[in-house]
Amino acid sequence: MRILVVEDDPILAEGLKTGLGLAGWTVDQVGDCEQARAAIAVGGFDALVLDLMLPDGSGLDLLAEMRRARDATPVLLLTALDETPDRIRGLDAGADDYLGKPFDLDELAARLRALSRRGAGRSEASLSLGGLVLHPATLGASLDGRPVSLSRREFALLSALMERPDVIRSRAELEDRLYGWQEEVESNAVEVHIHNLRAKIGRAAIETVRGVGYRMRRPS
Amino acid sequence: MSSLRRRLFLLLAAATGAIWLCAVAWTFICSRAELERVLDTRLQEAARMVHSLVAAGNMATAADAPAFEETSYSRQLSCQIWSLGGRLLARSSGAPMQNLARDGEGFVEHMVAGEIWRVYTIVDKAKDVRVSVGDRVGLRNQLVRDLVAGLVAPALLIVPLLGLMIWLSLGRGLKPLNAIAGEIALRRGDDMSAIADGEAPSEVRPLIAALNGLFGKVEAARRHEREITAFAAHELRTPLAGLKTQVQVALAASDPAVRDKALRQTLVSVDRTNRLARQLLALARLEAMPDAAAREPVDLGAALREVDEAAPKRDGVVVAIDPALDGCMLTTEPLSLSLILRNLHENALGHMTGPGRICWRLAPDGAGLLLEDEGPGIPAPELPQVTQRFFRGSTRGTSGTGLGLTIAEMAAGRIGAVLSLENRSDRSGLRCRLGWNAAGESRS
Repeated sequence: MRILVVEDDPILAEGLKTGLGLAGWTVDQVGDCEQARAAIAVGGFDALVLDLMLPDGSGLDLLAEMRRARDATPVLLLTALDETPDRIRGLDAGADDYLGKPFDLDELAARLRALSRRGAGRSEASLSLGGLVLHPATLGASLDGRPVSLSRREFALLSALMERPDVIRSRAELEDRLYGWQEEVESNAVEVHIHNLRAKIGRAAIETVRGVGYRMRRPS
Repeated sequence: MSSLRRRLFLLLAAATGAIWLCAVAWTFICSRAELERVLDTRLQEAARMVHSLVAAGNMATAADAPAFEETSYSRQLSCQIWSLGGRLLARSSGAPMQNLARDGEGFVEHMVAGEIWRVYTIVDKAKDVRVSVGDRVGLRNQLVRDLVAGLVAPALLIVPLLGLMIWLSLGRGLKPLNAIAGEIALRRGDDMSAIADGEAPSEVRPLIAALNGLFGKVEAARRHEREITAFAAHELRTPLAGLKTQVQVALAASDPAVRDKALRQTLVSVDRTNRLARQLLALARLEAMPDAAAREPVDLGAALREVDEAAPKRDGVVVAIDPALDGCMLTTEPLSLSLILRNLHENALGHMTGPGRICWRLAPDGAGLLLEDEGPGIPAPELPQVTQRFFRGSTRGTSGTGLGLTIAEMAAGRIGAVLSLENRSDRSGLRCRLGWNAAGESRS
């Protein structure tokens, strides 16, 4: 669950990074349109949080560029201009949601969860596979009705695998989901988390496909 | 409310009425004169005719002639034949018994039996007769009146018709004006688009041009205001959003290090928001200040020291104020000057990226103040824009509000000074010059 925050105010940007991190997101943050374009080109985000007034241009233009380039990443606009016509303009420009500043961090996290859920084509709030159920809102999990305690990264890793059952996810792909650019990644970080997860939900739950990556199978 | 149509109608109706009355008067006078002439000629001819009959000795025939069927104009003429001795020899039927002519010849008017008569008399001394033919002036007047009434009556009927036609024509003539008025009246209050003047008559075009000019100005002012409001909203709400987010992070974090950091960020954010509020107030105050505020001599050195003491201290940044400024007096508005100095000073402090010196000194020509910092300076393309509201440039990482230089320039304009900014040539950094006229006194 990785998002890009495009916000130029250093204190707000830092708060979003920490706050959304606490809510289970991997957050990358940039402060202007140019850096945002570079980040979007690399891709891999489940959602975008976009400020409208950026030092080198308008977030709306950036959004329009993305939509023209057929980039369907869900976008939540974050702006001080929250009069109704502004909201309409933002939504018509291709935004999926809109929050006026100042906003509630929990509400922002909830909206982002909803956006990424929709983006992944799901409608239920929790994610389940076999007896395993994940609750993104609380970062809680349960296996056959018994609660399982997961770290933030373990939760993110497990949801990445469960979102697309039967699909093999590469290690690099999983690393991208888990860590922002600015974070140091240990070379065997994914293996360590997989190891810990297997200890909690059972060895057979996550399958290793040698030389390719990992997958979780849909119960037959 | 005065109506152009009603006003034009009254003017046109009055003018038409006056001309029409003149025409009636002229007709009346001319007809009357002509009628008098015709009737007089008739009197003369009748008198001559009777005289020639009398001269031929046929007097009795005239007296016994049968009366005609009476019409309203019958018995117009009366004839009397008198002997010169004063005896009535004969008279036409209906003629009065009194002498119509008395003495004299030719035309005469006088009262006979309570009526005024106009009489023509021929005196024939050879035949000893005096032939008088006369008609009643009252009847003549009646004739003129009937004639004029015949002319005026149809004209009177035409008057309301004429009025109606003037009224309708005016309505048609004023249609383009009504159309434009209607178009303006139907506009939405915020519609400031120009009125099309393609169909408009030339008389209305200046009005449309003036209106369009006004619309343009109002629209520009409104756009400006909208931008300022939008900017101010953005600039106020963003730090508030940062504050709220940091507080929520502090509440949610279980790690004490994360919590402490969030709380420290909250403090920074409160300071920034406070400065922003202060600067917005300063800006509002500058805009609302009366044009002529009281001016008094200000000691530049003392003013700068005061500004420096009030400004937040930065580690490793030395503020140097040239001692030559002490006792240097400038007659100006103290509030505006202090706003300029304070905002330039804070701007310089805010842009110091590390240890260094910011220096206030008198310009070499003595007609200005110089402030030099050792920050990164401003990229040349952005120099003309930095005094715009909320412009913060592409160099991020500074915590400025984007209002400091705006306030400084605006206040400088108020006291008649000029603020100019340039990058230092000797090293990186910005040089601000606040220049006033050489007399050492700023004009307002």
